[in-house]
Amino acid sequence: MENLPQQPAAYRITHQLQDAKLTVYLAGEFGIRNLAAFVGDINRLLVAEQREISGIDLDFSGITYFDSAAALAVIRVREETPDKKIKFSFVNLNEEIRDIFSVINNKGIARRPTKAIKPREGILVQIGDTCFLLGRDFINMITFVGELIYALSYTIIHPRSLRSKDVLFYMKRAGVDGLPIVGLISVLMGLIMAFMSFLQLKQIGANIYVPSLVSFAMVKELGPLMTAILVAGRSGSAFAAEIGTMVVNEEVDALKTMGFDPIRFIAVPKVLAAMLVVPLLTLYADLFGVFGGLIVGVTGLDLTFNTYIVQSMKTIKVFDVVTSLIKAAVFAALIAGIGCQRGFQVRSGAQDVGKYTTSAVVSAIFMIVVADSIFAIMLHYVR
Amino acid sequence: MRSGENKPIITADDLTARYGSNLIFSNVSFQVNRGEVLVIVGESGCGKSTLLRILIGLEKPSCGRVLFQGNDIVNSGEDVLHNYRQNIGVLFQSSALFSSMTLNENIALPLTEYTNLDTETINLIIQMKLGMVNLSGYGNHYPAELSGGMKKRAGIARAMALDPIVLFFDELSAGLDPVTAVELDELIIKTNEALGTTIVIVTHELESICKIADRVIMLDKTAKGIIAEGTPQELKENSADPRVRSFFLRQLPQKTAQE
Repeated sequence: MENLPQQPAAYRITHQLQDAKLTVYLAGEFGIRNLAAFVGDINRLLVAEQREISGIDLDFSGITYFDSAAALAVIRVREETPDKKIKFSFVNLNEEIRDIFSVINNKGIARRPTKAIKPREGILVQIGDTCFLLGRDFINMITFVGELIYALSYTIIHPRSLRSKDVLFYMKRAGVDGLPIVGLISVLMGLIMAFMSFLQLKQIGANIYVPSLVSFAMVKELGPLMTAILVAGRSGSAFAAEIGTMVVNEEVDALKTMGFDPIRFIAVPKVLAAMLVVPLLTLYADLFGVFGGLIVGVTGLDLTFNTYIVQSMKTIKVFDVVTSLIKAAVFAALIAGIGCQRGFQVRSGAQDVGKYTTSAVVSAIFMIVVADSIFAIMLHYVR
Repeated sequence: MRSGENKPIITADDLTARYGSNLIFSNVSFQVNRGEVLVIVGESGCGKSTLLRILIGLEKPSCGRVLFQGNDIVNSGEDVLHNYRQNIGVLFQSSALFSSMTLNENIALPLTEYTNLDTETINLIIQMKLGMVNLSGYGNHYPAELSGGMKKRAGIARAMALDPIVLFFDELSAGLDPVTAVELDELIIKTNEALGTTIVIVTHELESICKIADRVIMLDKTAKGIIAEGTPQELKENSADPRVRSFFLRQLPQKTAQE
C-alpha cells in the first residue's frame, strides 16, 4: 500500500489589533498533521504582539476541520501565555468544536501519575535485589523438592492414588514421541565421533580403537547427556507451559478448592513418567550412537560389522550401562521437577508462562551438567 | 431461600486483606446463613474476588478468621481446611474445567477421589449432574469444544458433584449473553430451592443480583469494607448511601463540590 501524502493541511491565521485586544482568526484545517506548524505560527504571533495587548480572542469561525489534538494544542497555547494578566478567550466556537473541547479533561492530563516509575537502582541495590531473588528462588525450590518427595512417597505408599493414565500419557509424550529426534541426533553424534576419531587415530594406525571410543563416549557420557538435553527442551518446557497455563486458567485453584494436592495430582505423574521413560530413551540413544559409529566403521574404516560390534562390546561393561541408566533417571527427575516447579511459579498472563518455560529449560540444562559433573567424580571413586 | 433456616453456616469475622503494603479491605464481618443466596457486590477493585478467595481457603487474610460450622478454616490445620473443601463447590470466573479431560472425567474427579462408589454409579451420577445443568449428551466433549455458557454450566455440574453444602460462584455471568445469563440465574434459583444449597456469589451484574439474591453485601473501594447489607429491594429503595444508590440505580455518583 502506498503511503498517504504527508502534505500539511491548508490553514490560514490572520490577526487584527484593536483597542489593545488582539483577535486571531483561524481559518481552514487544524489537526494533528499540521499541529506543529500552526502552533508555531500562533506562538510567534503572540510573542510579537504581547507587549501591546491586554486581551486575546482566538476566533474559530473560519475553521473547516478541527480535531482533539488541535483542541489540546490551543488549550496549551492559552495556558502557556507568559503574561497571566492577558485575558485569553476562545470565541465563535460552533457546536462541533465545543463538543471536541468537551472531551478534553485538562485536569486529568495534568494529574500526577498514581504510580511512579521506579528510578534505576544503583549497582549495590541491584546486586542486593538479585541476591534476594536468588535466595527466594532457592527457598522455593527446596520447598518444592520437599513437597515433591512427600507426594512421591505418598504415591509409593498408596499406589492406587497414582493417576496411572496420566503417567502413561506423559511417558508417550516424553518418550515415544521423542524417539525420532533422539534417534537421529544419536546416529549423527556416533557418525561425527567415529569420523573425527578416525582422522586422528589413522595417523598412528589405531583405527581398530574407533568402535571402543564411540561406544565408550556414547554410553558413559553423551547418551545420557544428549537425551537429557533433548528431553529438557521437549518435555521440561512442555511441563512448565502446561502447568503455567493451568495456573492462569484457575485450574490449579480449582484443584485446591476440590481438596486435591496440585503437586500430587499434576507433578507426580509427570516426574514418574519422565523417570521411567528417560532411561529407556537413553538406552535407545546409546544403541543409535553405536550404530552411527558402525556406519562410518564399516563404510570408511574397512572394519567388518562383526569386528566393530565385538570391539564395542569389549569396551562397554554392565556397570557403565547401569550407571548410565541411573544417571538418566536422575536427569529425568531434575528436568521434570524443575519444569513443574517453574510452571507453578507462574502467577498471571502469557508473559509469565513464556518466562518460566524458558527458565525451566535453562535451569534444567544447567542442573543436568552440574549433576553430570558430580556423577563423573562419584563414579570415578566408586569404581 | 428455604424458609426457617436462618442459622449461620459461614461466619467471616473481622477480616483484613492486604497486598504488600496495599490495604484491600479491613474489619469485614458478616454471616452466610444456611440455605440463602448471598451476593457480594461492589465496583471493580473493591476486593470482592479477594474476599471470595479467602472464603474458599485459597488465600489467608492478614488478620481475622472464617468459621465454617464453628471451625476456623484460616488458622486451623490442613485437616480442617481439607474437610471444609469437601463440603464446598466453587465455580471460577473462567470455569476452570481441566482442559485435558472430558466433561465426564471432570465431574468424575471428585467422585472417584472422595467416594468408594463403583464406576457404574459414578457414571449415573455424572449423567444426572449433566442433566441438571442441561448438558445431557455432552459428557465426552472437551471443555475447548463448548461455548462460554456451556463451560459455566459444566463448571456448576462439577462444583455440585459431591452435593456440597455451600456453592461459591465468581462472576457467574460475566461475559455471557443475556439469554445465557438468565439461564444460569434460573439454574442457581433451582439449585437453591430444590437442593437447599447455600450459595455465595460474587458479581456486579445488577439484573442477576435483583433476581436471585436473598441478601446482598456491598463492598466499597474507598471505604475499604462493607458499606451496605440487606435485601436487594432494601438497598435499591431505602439506602441513604449515595454509593449504594448509584450502584443499584445504575447512575454516576453525584459529584461533590471539590470534584
